[in-house]
Formats: sequence, C-alpha cells, structure tokens
Amino acid sequence: MSEAAVTAKDLGLTGCHDCGVLCRGAGQHGECPRCGASLHERKPDSIRRTWALVIAACIFYLPANLLPITHTTSLGHTQSDTIMSGVLYFISHGDWPLALVIFTASVAVPLLKLIVLVFLLVSVQRRSRWRNRDRTVLYRFTEAVGRWSMVDVFVVTILVALVKLGALANIEAGLGAVYFALVVIITIFAAESFDPRLIWDPEENQHE
Amino acid sequence: MAGNKRNDETMPPTLYACHECDLLNRIPPLAADQTARCTRCNAVLYRNPSECLERTLALALAALALYLVAVNFPFLSFGRGANVVQTSLLTGVADLYRQGLVLLAVVVLVTSVIAPAMVITCYLYLLVPVKHGRVPAHVRGAYRLLRAITPWNMIEVFLLGILVALVKLAGMAEVIPGIAVWSFAGLIVTLAWAAGTFEPEVYWHEVESCQ
Repeated sequence: MSEAAVTAKDLGLTGCHDCGVLCRGAGQHGECPRCGASLHERKPDSIRRTWALVIAACIFYLPANLLPITHTTSLGHTQSDTIMSGVLYFISHGDWPLALVIFTASVAVPLLKLIVLVFLLVSVQRRSRWRNRDRTVLYRFTEAVGRWSMVDVFVVTILVALVKLGALANIEAGLGAVYFALVVIITIFAAESFDPRLIWDPEENQHE
Repeated sequence: MAGNKRNDETMPPTLYACHECDLLNRIPPLAADQTARCTRCNAVLYRNPSECLERTLALALAALALYLVAVNFPFLSFGRGANVVQTSLLTGVADLYRQGLVLLAVVVLVTSVIAPAMVITCYLYLLVPVKHGRVPAHVRGAYRLLRAITPWNMIEVFLLGILVALVKLAGMAEVIPGIAVWSFAGLIVTLAWAAGTFEPEVYWHEVESCQ
C-alpha cells in the first residue's frame, strides 16, 4: 500500500454508516451530529456476532433442506416436496433454466454465503493481508446477493394462495419453508454484522 | 426555489471515510452525474445525480399510485371453467397465517407489503417539505428509518417468485394476471429507480441549506 493510506480511525475520526458524514472523536460511543445514528469506529463485537449468526444459520440450513416446503394434495393423493425435489421436478420436465434459478437461489447462494463469511471471519482473525481488495469485493457481493434466496419463500406463498381447488388440487406450506426463511434472514443479519473495515486493519498496523 | 438550486450543481470537495475500508478520501468537487469512489477498495462513496431530489420525489409519487393499485386490485387468478380462485397480494399471507405458519406470514408481509409502503412514505415525508424549503420534523429519525427498512423491501424477488410459480402451475390450469401484477412490476422499476437517484449526501446538503 502507498504511504498515503491514512484511515479515519488513525485520526480519531468516524464515518457515519447511515449518512456518511465524517465525525470527530466518536470512539465506540457517540451520535452522528447530522443524522443521529450511533457511531462506531468499528461495528461492535463484529466478529463474535457474525460467528454466532453464521453458526445459527448452518444449524437451520439442515431442516430447511430436509423438511418439505410444500404439501400438494391432488385427487386425494398427497405429495410433499423439499427444495431439492422442486429442482429435480423442473429438471425432469426439461426446464433447465428454471431448475438453475431455483438451485442457485435456494441451495447454492445460502451455502456459498456461509462459506464466504466463514472464510472472511477466519482471514480477519488471522490478521491476513492477502488480497484485501478481492476479499472486500467478495464481501460486497455476498451482501448484495443474499436477498434473492427469498424467492422460494415467495413461490410457496403464491402457490398456497392460488392452488385452492378443493379436492381437485390444494397446496399447503411445510415447516421447511419456515426454516428456510429463517436461514435467509439470519444470513442477511450475519453479512450486515460483519465489518469489512476489519479486512483492512492489518494494513495500518504495518506503519506503526 | 430551493428545489431548483441543485440542478447540475457541482458538489463541494469533502473528506470522506470509506465505509468498507475506512480510508480517508479527499474528494474533489463532483460535477453532475459523477461518482466518487474509494481509491483503495473502489467502493462507491457517493454520487451527484443531476436533479437528484426532484427525480426521487417524482418517482416516489408514481410508486405511491402503483402501490395502491397493486394492493387493492386483483393480483392473480387461477383455475379452470367455473372453478376459479382470484387472489390479491395479501391472500398468500392470510393463508400462511391460517395454516399456522405465523412467522412465515410475517416475513412475507414485511418484505412484500409493509417495507415498500414504508420506503415510499419515508421518501415523501423527507422530500416534500424540503421541496418547499422546510425541514421535516424528526428528519433524522425518518432518514434512519428509510435506511433501516430499505434492505427488507424485496418486491423484485417476489416478482421472480411469481414467474417461477407461473411456470410450475402452467400444466395444471390457466393463470390470469390481474392489473395489480402489472402495477407491482411498475412499482419495482420506480422504487429501484428512486433508490438509484436518491443520494444522502445531496439530501443532507439540501437540509442544511434549508435550516
């Protein structure tokens, strides 16, 4: 890094994370004079909180994928579907693009998100200085993509609302959908609690 | 008129801490439609969209109209012959609640109905008084509420869900999209556009010049 790299923390300043204004001497407590948000030099307890949420999400990931998300009754015959069986259904009907969308949003994204967060946590705890910029991009991507995992929850909601043809066809939501929604929400909070500035902190100590 | 002052105005230079790597950036004056990026990690620091606040206000008003149609009019209909089920945006939430999946109902209600309404309300509440040269009461709280609720507005994901559900049901019976679906799609575009034109840095400059 160039020697001109001076951070806000070095000068006892803090950028407000809600409105962006640069504030003087906030330390760990204080309030932004412009928008009133509480100021943190670094997000409080970032690493411990993120670990806790990542572990919680990993635990819920299992029932989310193993329990059925829908129960379909059709002409007296009931069928329960998990997320994966939904993907396989689309593949068996030759609907590759849709199978790919559901697989990516519901299976791959939550799993990759957890793996990326664990990787970022471990690298920050080891005070790694390896490819800071790429790790920041990885974080940015993880934070942005998480919301798309909600798609299966919405699909279930729409199916439940529409398919109410009595004995002919009826769809009810399963417990898997609840766990799945929990996984998505917990991983969103996990990404939010991670502070990407921690990735860059080992740089500064080099100058001291 | 305070509202016209900012058109294509250059933003003054500032010192700005990157929210992703904490580097202090010295930002030169920013001409209209320019973006300030962090010199170390390339994160977007802030932008200077031309006619930022006017456009956001116009889009928020359009979003309000589309939202009211999306919530109140028929959403999707499904069935064959005389056996047709008509739904509104809220039908699914009510059904999940009835099936005992309260948590799931709340999640869907917040992400597809409450959050967009709150985002629109916040935009209007923050921007209408400023347009007339006044600072809204509790401007700081309203701004922070907007920031907090925005990530939970997931209507674009909901639309993808509709598309997937349509394909899934295609073999069973006919699905007829109602007028609410089209307004819902329009709502996604206007709200995403509004989020793209709204720039906190411009807004707070305007608030400070009103005070």
